[in-house]
Amino acid sequence: MVQTEAPSRVAELIEPTRVHSRLYYDRTIFDEEMRKIWHRTWVYIGHESEVPNPNDYVTKSIGPTPVLLVRDRQGEIRLLLNKCPHRGNQLCAYKQGNRATFTCPYHSWTFANTGELMGYALPDGYEGVSKAGVSLGKVARIGIYRGFVFGSMAEEGPTLMEHLGGAKAALDQLCDNSPTGEIELTAGFLQHRTKANWKFMLENETDGYHPGFVHSSIFQVTKSGIANLYGKDSTALTRDYGNGHTEFDLRPEWRRLDTPLKWFGTSEERLPEYTAAMKAAYGDERARQIMIDGSPHTMIFPNLFIAEIQIFVLQPVAVDETIQHVTAVQFKGAPDINRRLRQQTMGSVGPAGLLLADDTEMYERNHRGALIHDPEWLVLSRGLHRERTDENGFRVAHSTDEVPQRGIWRHYLSLMQE
Amino acid sequence: MDPMLAEKPVDLAALSPVDLHHRVAQFLYHEARLQDTHAYDAWEQLWEDDAIYWVPANGHDTDPERQMSILYDSRSRIKVRVEQLKTGRRHTQTPRSELARLISNIEVAAVEGAEVSVRANVLIYEDNLRGETIWAARNDYRLRLVEGAFRLVRKKVGLVNNARPVFTLSFLV
Repeated sequence: MVQTEAPSRVAELIEPTRVHSRLYYDRTIFDEEMRKIWHRTWVYIGHESEVPNPNDYVTKSIGPTPVLLVRDRQGEIRLLLNKCPHRGNQLCAYKQGNRATFTCPYHSWTFANTGELMGYALPDGYEGVSKAGVSLGKVARIGIYRGFVFGSMAEEGPTLMEHLGGAKAALDQLCDNSPTGEIELTAGFLQHRTKANWKFMLENETDGYHPGFVHSSIFQVTKSGIANLYGKDSTALTRDYGNGHTEFDLRPEWRRLDTPLKWFGTSEERLPEYTAAMKAAYGDERARQIMIDGSPHTMIFPNLFIAEIQIFVLQPVAVDETIQHVTAVQFKGAPDINRRLRQQTMGSVGPAGLLLADDTEMYERNHRGALIHDPEWLVLSRGLHRERTDENGFRVAHSTDEVPQRGIWRHYLSLMQE
Repeated sequence: MDPMLAEKPVDLAALSPVDLHHRVAQFLYHEARLQDTHAYDAWEQLWEDDAIYWVPANGHDTDPERQMSILYDSRSRIKVRVEQLKTGRRHTQTPRSELARLISNIEVAAVEGAEVSVRANVLIYEDNLRGETIWAARNDYRLRLVEGAFRLVRKKVGLVNNARPVFTLSFLV
């Protein structure tokens, strides 16, 4: 029997410029999000470079559910659920490896890395029972764009390209910073356990209002000019791409400064190999523009955050607990910039990060605050009076305005009401 | 300077195993106390210029030059880390974690010239706004005897659970 979803109560909790605290701590809403968002929309799983060879696999996730990202022996990407269809045992206990088959340790049923059952142990007990159709669960749809592997648990729905919409440009911008047009995620992920609801992270990734305060300590110590990007006179923009995707667009500031690699706090002279490779790949003029514009700061709903030089993956595991997975972007064929990308990433993010430890402190305080019943409503009205649309029709406003957060909730509401 | 550490120059190779072990243990306890009490400047001063302060992730034999680590600080980054703590706006340490750590299973692994390699197990109790957290680690140290006192050249904090998600680690570990 098909279960009909009861009408969602969240419509009462979301208004255009304020949201109710209950959205962050109510377990029934979390369960509803799992069904209506995480098990339906496109969710980022992993990157093709994490499984470079046939039979490579790595354990990823969709929310609390582990997902095996596999490259099968034919080289095709598969997304398998880590559950033996016999007695439900966890099939693979390792984070990554290379194997053509998976054997359940419980009763030794063996599966090809395409998910199909290869054989029963002691097959005399299954006389006349067909193996056909017995397989591991699969993520219903796989979509890949420029090496980024997304999965949707829904058989039908918008295509990945329809889902990405305008935010596709951010993936292009990121990959254009590589002289080969390809990025790799080969340095391993830090896993930052966070006692807070996932939406605090989703909203904060493109919040330009907080850095000048939350990160003032490190800006001061490193004499960083970054704080100016989040100041009153900044020309940087916040953007709502629709479909829940949001951006903090620094290009207006970098173009004003008109200096290649300024975005990364360095210069062409200090990265001669990278600069030469970029010019050879794109021509002087285009390479110069790419190196001025830099890499994007874009949150792709619901879990992929491109933080210029890092990839963050948000994994909600409970209403009050989220894992932030993070690694350094590596530009294929650019060793001199890659080392710097790793060093800067290790310094700034992860559990000991000079930046992210403070963000995470805010997430956990946000969550504890949400549990306090008065006031119930949280405010997202900043910059409403100066919202406008850009040349592509997307909402934009000042770098500190809450355009992204309003956009996230607009999309969230539409998914939860369907 | 701790009186135990300010003795006249000594030759490590000439020390009895018991004496060497005692001096190493005293140094590790001294460092632990500076960390537990957030004595940032005094702790920073323990480090040599060629320092490496390393907390690996995803195992204990990763290559920190290729793979992500939770923390992989040079001497200059150690200074930045300490300076940030001292601003009073390192929010994750405002208020500061309450800490007590136990160091045990201290083994002198090797002596080479003025340097000694040491292994020890550490158990750290942390209390902060989130709640209580226990950290367990197998540590490796490289200490250098300079003017009669040990200094830190290399410290590797091998959190036993470093392949799994861990909470914010913003105190000096």
